[in-house]
Amino acid sequence: MSFTLSVNGALRQVDLPKDVPLLWALRDGLGMTGTKFGCGVASCGACTVLIDGQAVRSCQVPLGEATGEITTIEGVGQPGALAPLQEAWVRHQVAQCGYCQSGQIMQAAALLAQVPEPTDQDIDDAMQGNLCRCGTYPRIRAAILDAARTMKAG
Amino acid sequence: MASWKTITRRSFLVLGAAVVGGAAFGAYKVAEVPANPLVPGPDGLPLNPWVIINADGITVIAPRAEMGQGISTTLAALVAEELDVDWSQVRVLHGPPAQAYYNAGLVERMSNEPDYKLSMEPNSHNAILAALPKIFSMQMTGGSTGAIGGFVQMRVAGAGAREALKAAAAKRLGVAPDTLRTEGGKVIGAQTFTYAELAAQAVDLVPDDVPLRDPSTWRYVGKSMPRLDMVAKSTGTETFGIDIVLPGMKFATVRMNPRRGGAMTSFDPAAALAMAGVDQVVGLGNGVAVIADNTWTAMQAAQVVDIQWGETDYPADTAAMLARIEAAFATEPDSRLRDDGDVEAELAKGDVIEAEYRVPFLAHASMEPLNATAWVKPDGSVEVWCGNQAPIMTRDAIASALRIGSDKVSLHTPVMGGGFGGRTDPVPAVLAARVAAAMPNTPVKLTYSREEDMVQDYYRPAAIARMSGRIENGKAMALWGRTAAPSATRNALARLVGFAPPGPDRATVEGGFDQPYGLPNYRYDGHVADLTVPLGFWRSVGNSMNAFFLESFIDELAHAANADPLAFRLDLMQGTHAPSASLLETVRDMSGWDSLKRPGFGRGVAFCYSFGTPVAQVMEVQDTPAGISLTRAWIACDPGLAMDPSIVEAQMTGAMVYGLSAAVQGEITFADQAVVQQNFPDYDPLRMHTMPRFEVRILQNNGTFGHIGGVGEPGTPPAAPALANALFDLTGTRARELPLNKLFDFMA
Repeated sequence: MSFTLSVNGALRQVDLPKDVPLLWALRDGLGMTGTKFGCGVASCGACTVLIDGQAVRSCQVPLGEATGEITTIEGVGQPGALAPLQEAWVRHQVAQCGYCQSGQIMQAAALLAQVPEPTDQDIDDAMQGNLCRCGTYPRIRAAILDAARTMKAG
Repeated sequence: MASWKTITRRSFLVLGAAVVGGAAFGAYKVAEVPANPLVPGPDGLPLNPWVIINADGITVIAPRAEMGQGISTTLAALVAEELDVDWSQVRVLHGPPAQAYYNAGLVERMSNEPDYKLSMEPNSHNAILAALPKIFSMQMTGGSTGAIGGFVQMRVAGAGAREALKAAAAKRLGVAPDTLRTEGGKVIGAQTFTYAELAAQAVDLVPDDVPLRDPSTWRYVGKSMPRLDMVAKSTGTETFGIDIVLPGMKFATVRMNPRRGGAMTSFDPAAALAMAGVDQVVGLGNGVAVIADNTWTAMQAAQVVDIQWGETDYPADTAAMLARIEAAFATEPDSRLRDDGDVEAELAKGDVIEAEYRVPFLAHASMEPLNATAWVKPDGSVEVWCGNQAPIMTRDAIASALRIGSDKVSLHTPVMGGGFGGRTDPVPAVLAARVAAAMPNTPVKLTYSREEDMVQDYYRPAAIARMSGRIENGKAMALWGRTAAPSATRNALARLVGFAPPGPDRATVEGGFDQPYGLPNYRYDGHVADLTVPLGFWRSVGNSMNAFFLESFIDELAHAANADPLAFRLDLMQGTHAPSASLLETVRDMSGWDSLKRPGFGRGVAFCYSFGTPVAQVMEVQDTPAGISLTRAWIACDPGLAMDPSIVEAQMTGAMVYGLSAAVQGEITFADQAVVQQNFPDYDPLRMHTMPRFEVRILQNNGTFGHIGGVGEPGTPPAAPALANALFDLTGTRARELPLNKLFDFMA
């Protein structure tokens, strides 16, 4: 079956059955590998993308239901044109292995869109679904707070 | 000041387009002890590193694999330090399987002496031992050895390349090389040349002798450098093994016998083959692979293959395994690597304090599930992409599985989404190659499900320790530790290289026998249990078990002596190893140790010297209505020379999180010979809201100059005992078994 997805502002066609999760449609169908597979059961957050601005686990969204505007890590910014959130990630040298960071950044982007000046408690609440086995949590927290300050200063 | 005696030019390394129009430089090492027959002569084995210069910039070929620990950045900084290039000009790639990339740092892990004694005499290794990593082609990332292994090698490569480039420019200008200077990737004299302009000529001009720069002039080494992988990892553009995309690629997964080592007695693929998108079900003897047009379909189909699993040769469940481990205490000790004073005479005086401790099996659970991509070509050769910690071994295992020569295998080592010791085994690469052989001329990416990753792991051993000690007049007079565990090292090496090394099994007792405690009577025994459960190297290996045993028991002794547990340790360490003692003082002062003691809070301290680096940690916990909270942690470490403080800080914090995750709730159990835990919901690490706040201090006093301790692992061992000791302080309950959530209710 063929589905048309709206990904990062462009219409993309993917030929896979409707029950294939969006995660695998992105990765295997479209070759967009920035979104990661971690657990397949919505327990780690590595596959987080935005649909209509909401952070969702793309491993749980069947292709047939992925009807909104999808934003993946590739749509946030590029190496030569980093988004403020990504600049903060680089400034704080957050990543170690880096595998979970796409999902962390997407989750953080959703947080900052809804809560521009998050407290520590807001960060705890928003980010607790995103695992990092390298333990980069302190720098993730610092980067989110820093990005919030930068984005406010505009 | 180090001066490397001989550097000679080495042949090109061809890495496809990477060196088109460029030049590759390498370095040779002439043995310090030429008379030794085991040490190759001037035309012997080439030493890494490689430096490639072309119009794109400077490419450093890293001999160690990047799995998050930052080693690629540190190795590149060492080259850049001597080469005089701007940091923005540098990029780094992992090298192919080659003896040249052997890990010289592994020699640091080949002694049965306590590390803290070796650090005082860093040049004491004998030449035969020093040559072993080279002779056995140990191209291996592990043991927290990457930085020390590259410390001289990478600077020599940079310096040799720099002098060759100067020589090339000098020839063009008709002047002496020492009239020229280098800066920002250019040779500057009467005329300025970029390195790229000079590279082709320079290849023939690498000098024989290059002194290395004085450390007082370093600009990159010892500084916090922006990691070279940071932008890619912040934009989703880093290519992990799981991200390989090839034309016409198919997607596969495996389902292997969960009774590890057992056979598959039968399988019926009909239901899987009936699913849309499934291409093939491949029988693998002890499991199946499904090839499909996407990974998810392959994973769904693998679940509906009807399989009858054979049994294996280890006990059915965890209780029976622990009984087997317990039985090892009745056997002769495999090792007694510490036996100071006369423990038995001292304990015979009576009032002996005794305790038994247990730790469970643990999984690695890296964020990137195990995976590999393979492509069998028409000529019978195979190209494989697999994040791995041992490329030569992996390449040879693939060749052996496909019954082709090693020269027919080309192996790429992409960066890894975590490793922690869990990517040492070549299994995913071998399985991918076998599956791809069932679909020749088509690249096949094989991805483990999280469940398969967890049940097919090679685990940290479960272990039991029996500790005895004696206190007199508030002083610790004796400590006798005995650890019983199956040997991860023998289990893994028998599997990986076909034989278990002779001699005492250090990993069973490391973290216990080798600590800088000046106890007058100090004995530590290892008892190796006869248990064939698949085992491997888990971040900090045996230290992760024994630090919990020893540091919990030292705490019990301190309590019995009515002493402050930090002061009690300090007293035992002060006359033995000053840099270690000063770390205890540092965490005491950082944490405000005395003021941490207050109602509703608990404090705990622990220490471990591992991989060349002593680490002291203080943990604070708080009793809250929602459960016990891990509030704050303080870490002081002393790696000697801290090559990159930001990376050291990140590793210390991350390693403690890794240790705390396991301590609070990490446990792998067996039922019916299969691992019970399947996914993060039943093997959950700490998360943003459950981790403590950290403060890290890095001291650089350990060893003589040039001592470089590891930083990837040493932060893990003290985590569990620091937490257990804090919980005792909070509740008065002594935890003698991990994970701690068996005994305590933590904030969820």
